Amino acid sequence: MKAQNRRNAALAALVIGAALIAIGYVVGLPPVVFVGALFTAGCAALLQGEHRSLTIVAGMLTATALLPVIVLIQPFSTFSSQNLWIDGFSIAGIFVLLALGLNIVVGLSGLLDLGYAAFYAIGSYTFAFAASSFTGLDFPFWPMLIAGAISAAVFGILLGAPTLRLRGDYLAIVTLGFGEIVPIVILNSSKYTLGPNGIGGISRPEIFGFEFPIQNPWPFYLAMVGIVTITMILIYRLQDSRLGRAWMAIREDELAAASSGVNTVTTKLLAFALGASTAGLAGVFAASKLSVVTPNLFRFDVSFTVLAMVVLGGMGNIWGVAIGAFVLYTIQSVILKQLNQFFAAADVPFLSSIDFIEYQFLLYGIALVAMMLLRPEGLFPSIRRKRELHVDDAGEGPTTTADAMGAAPQ
Amino acid sequence: MTAAPAEAGDQAIAAPAGGNDEAAEVILRLDDVHTYYGSIHALQGITVDLRQGEIVTLIGANGAGKTTTLKTISGLLHPRQGTVHFRGADVSRRAPHDLVKDGISHAPEGRRIFSRLTVLENLKMGGYTRRPAEIREDLSRVFELFPRLFERANQKGGTLSGGEQQMLAIGRALMSRPAVLLLDEPSLGLAPILVQQIFRIIQEINAQGTTILLVEQNAQQALAIAQRGYVLQTGRVILADSARGLAANEDVRRAYLGEI
Repeated sequence: MKAQNRRNAALAALVIGAALIAIGYVVGLPPVVFVGALFTAGCAALLQGEHRSLTIVAGMLTATALLPVIVLIQPFSTFSSQNLWIDGFSIAGIFVLLALGLNIVVGLSGLLDLGYAAFYAIGSYTFAFAASSFTGLDFPFWPMLIAGAISAAVFGILLGAPTLRLRGDYLAIVTLGFGEIVPIVILNSSKYTLGPNGIGGISRPEIFGFEFPIQNPWPFYLAMVGIVTITMILIYRLQDSRLGRAWMAIREDELAAASSGVNTVTTKLLAFALGASTAGLAGVFAASKLSVVTPNLFRFDVSFTVLAMVVLGGMGNIWGVAIGAFVLYTIQSVILKQLNQFFAAADVPFLSSIDFIEYQFLLYGIALVAMMLLRPEGLFPSIRRKRELHVDDAGEGPTTTADAMGAAPQ
Repeated sequence: MTAAPAEAGDQAIAAPAGGNDEAAEVILRLDDVHTYYGSIHALQGITVDLRQGEIVTLIGANGAGKTTTLKTISGLLHPRQGTVHFRGADVSRRAPHDLVKDGISHAPEGRRIFSRLTVLENLKMGGYTRRPAEIREDLSRVFELFPRLFERANQKGGTLSGGEQQMLAIGRALMSRPAVLLLDEPSLGLAPILVQQIFRIIQEINAQGTTILLVEQNAQQALAIAQRGYVLQTGRVILADSARGLAANEDVRRAYLGEI
């Protein structure tokens, strides 16, 4: 009864919030957008994690509405124009997708994949072949999103089938190799891929016959938000499913998982395939967004960056990973650049001579080491992991779930 | 010995078979099983059978092949030669997860609970092959056997005491409703009073109709609750007898029961 009321209130808040956001944008009144975002945020708070799909929709709506407005405010507005910010956000979304996918493999199933960018490359090139001036084909974008995901998943299975019997370090080495092989093959088969020049002239998405314009970054931004939202909901569902529990069991103890009746081979393959398909999705989007793909876009640093995003955000927690990816990308693409200009302008003795972008990976490394020492559960840990890593304050006490299961003794 | 008709007996039917009840159906049979770890010849022709409703124990020193035997039965290892028959069908090549569905459940050595999942989640994983309604039923059965697990249902597996973890490992293995339960060293590292308790529970599980193959260092206790036993040495069965017979055997007493 009470829960029902709360849910109705949450739905009402979501509808009012969405309406206010829409009105705010149409008439160009940022304060109205703010109020609308307050409502959608309130919706997420009211749900208290009970209805996850709705929480994700409300949370994403809040972020989507607020981000373009926030960048109009002082420190951010000096960095770059609103359009450039929004353009950057849709690329950040690509990394959010990548991190969400890698989280299935690394965070949930405990399989260390160091060559994840390979699947991203496969998705990108799938779309580059299917819709560009180079091949002369022009398959539509939306179905190709699925096709890109499927082709990456197929490669995930091809890689996984022979290698997933390896454990820990050995799997990491094989995936590292795969991550190197794919860009090199693309680079060297220049007859089919134009080698280092990459494939250009890739089609942009169309909706109801209208092509996404080059100048206006909003359609890509909104499309990205939609894709990320749907992906997050799907992954949440997966995590809570029987398959999700099997992944966690394998992460904990593979032999015990097998003894409990988990088919460890297919379960791990599914983790690999689903992780890869998310990267494929991101790849198709990236190819279309950038309109050019080159082998350089998929080198080891991408795999490493995405892994850092997953670890920094909090392995296993979907919101944490998404926020971690978003924040890290924004820092990398915007803040570091600005730091250079800022210190150069202020003429600070030592700092003005440092190129922060060049030291990006040093900074990642430091951040990761600090993280592992100070906060191993990540910035936004899942409740589960927090409990795992801070055993001293682990909650004890009698059960509630078991009561709910109706499984009391006698 | 011919394979008994594959009458897939409901485990509820068979009352615990006392002593050497030759009439009871042979549910599991290892026939001249040779298992290798790489080039190491760990099992050198093991022949063991289990009748419906029995507790059978494997005793022997470290490295005699007791754990390997259990792993070979549960499909974690496959025999290079010889066969494992379960309910008349050859299961030597089946994968562990299929054998769980068939009705063989293995509580592995060293407990191996999922330490970062809660007790309840651990138990649910044990029922991975079952339907939700069945899981609920099996949960209440396990909680009845182990009220302690019920008290700790929402606690992390890793925060349990050794005895509780052992209870969890057995409880998890029971969640698949096995016809045959393989227990590997359930008393290892437990205080004597807990050992007593675990053995009592094993008897209770058996009384409810589950056939049990028990590997134990604690041969005295194991022989006290088992009907029959096999003594293993360097991958071979060197003695097979009723539990009473083994307990009375001079060599067994000297080697495994700590009498000089």
